[in-house]
Amino acid sequence: MATAVVNLAQEFQDYTLRSPFRASWQKVMMWVFIVVDALTFGSLLVSYGFTRVSIGTWANPAHVFALHIGGKEIPLLLIAIMTFILVSSSGTMALGVASAYERNKKRTVLFLTLTMLLGLTFVGCQVYEWSHLITHGTRPWWNPYGPPQFGAYFFTLTGFHGLHVLSGVIYLAIVARMVANGTLDRRGSYQLVEIAGLYWHFVDLIWVFIFTMFYLF
Amino acid sequence: MAEGTHVPIRKYLVVWLWLFILSALAYFIDVVHVPQPWKPILLVVVALMKAGMIMAVFMHLGYERLSLIYAVVAPLIFLVVMTIAFLPEGGAIFGSHAIAAP
Repeated sequence: MATAVVNLAQEFQDYTLRSPFRASWQKVMMWVFIVVDALTFGSLLVSYGFTRVSIGTWANPAHVFALHIGGKEIPLLLIAIMTFILVSSSGTMALGVASAYERNKKRTVLFLTLTMLLGLTFVGCQVYEWSHLITHGTRPWWNPYGPPQFGAYFFTLTGFHGLHVLSGVIYLAIVARMVANGTLDRRGSYQLVEIAGLYWHFVDLIWVFIFTMFYLF
Repeated sequence: MAEGTHVPIRKYLVVWLWLFILSALAYFIDVVHVPQPWKPILLVVVALMKAGMIMAVFMHLGYERLSLIYAVVAPLIFLVVMTIAFLPEGGAIFGSHAIAAP
C-alpha cells in the first residue's frame, strides 16, 4: 500500500518533467476541459448576441434586475452583489491553493470551506433572482419585459453558469475532504487543490462575461 | 517545485483588489450612462482586463510553459472569429426586416 502511494507522487513528478507542457497530465486535462467549456459558453454568448442584434430591441436589464430599497429603484444591485461574492470566492480559492503549497492542512480546509460557502451564497442569490422573475411571469417562451428570447437566454445562460457553480461546490467539498482526512498527504502531492482551483477560477471568469454581456449591455 | 506553480501571495492579493475595482468600474460605466459607441467598448476592455488577470495570476497561466499558454489561448481565437462572423449577420437580418415592413 505504502509503495503504491509513493509511486503516485513519483508519477506526478516524472510525468511533469517529461510533458511537453511541463505540467502533470491531471492539470493538462483540466485545461483541455476548460478550453472546451469556454468554447461552449462562448458559443452561447455569440448566439445570444446574434439574436439580440437581429431583433433590434431587448429588455432593459438595469430595470429588470433592479432592487427596491426604501421605495427607490437601485439598478442591478443584486447582480453587483453576486459579482462581488464570486470575486471574493476567487480570492479565497487562491489563498486556499497557496495554503496547499505550504502543506498547511487546516488553512487549506478553512479557505476551501469559505470558498464553498461563498459559492452557495451566490447560488442562493440566483435562486432568489429566478423565483423573482418566474413569479412575475418570465418563462423561456415569454416574459413581461421584452422579446420572448430574453427569457430563453436568461434561463440558459444563468442556469448553465449556476450549474457550474453548484458542481464546483461539490468538487471542492470532495477535495476538502481529501485534504482533511490525509489522502493528499499519503499521495505526497497537493496538486489536486490547484487543479480544483483552475475550475473554480474558470467559473468566475465565465461570470465576468455573462455579467458584462447579459446584464450591463 | 516540480509538483506545481508557486505564485507569491502578495500577487494574489493585488489581483484580487484589482478585480474588485474593475467590477465596480464596470457597474459604474452602466449606471452613469456612458454614450453609446463608448459604453460597449469600455465594458469589453474592462472584461478582457479582468479575464487576463484571472487567467495569468489566479489560474497561473503566466507561470506555465509557453506551449501550454499557446495551447489554451489559440483555440479561443475561434470566439473572436464567430463574433466577427455572426454579429454583423444579425444586424443585416434586422436591417432586412426594416426594409420588408417599414
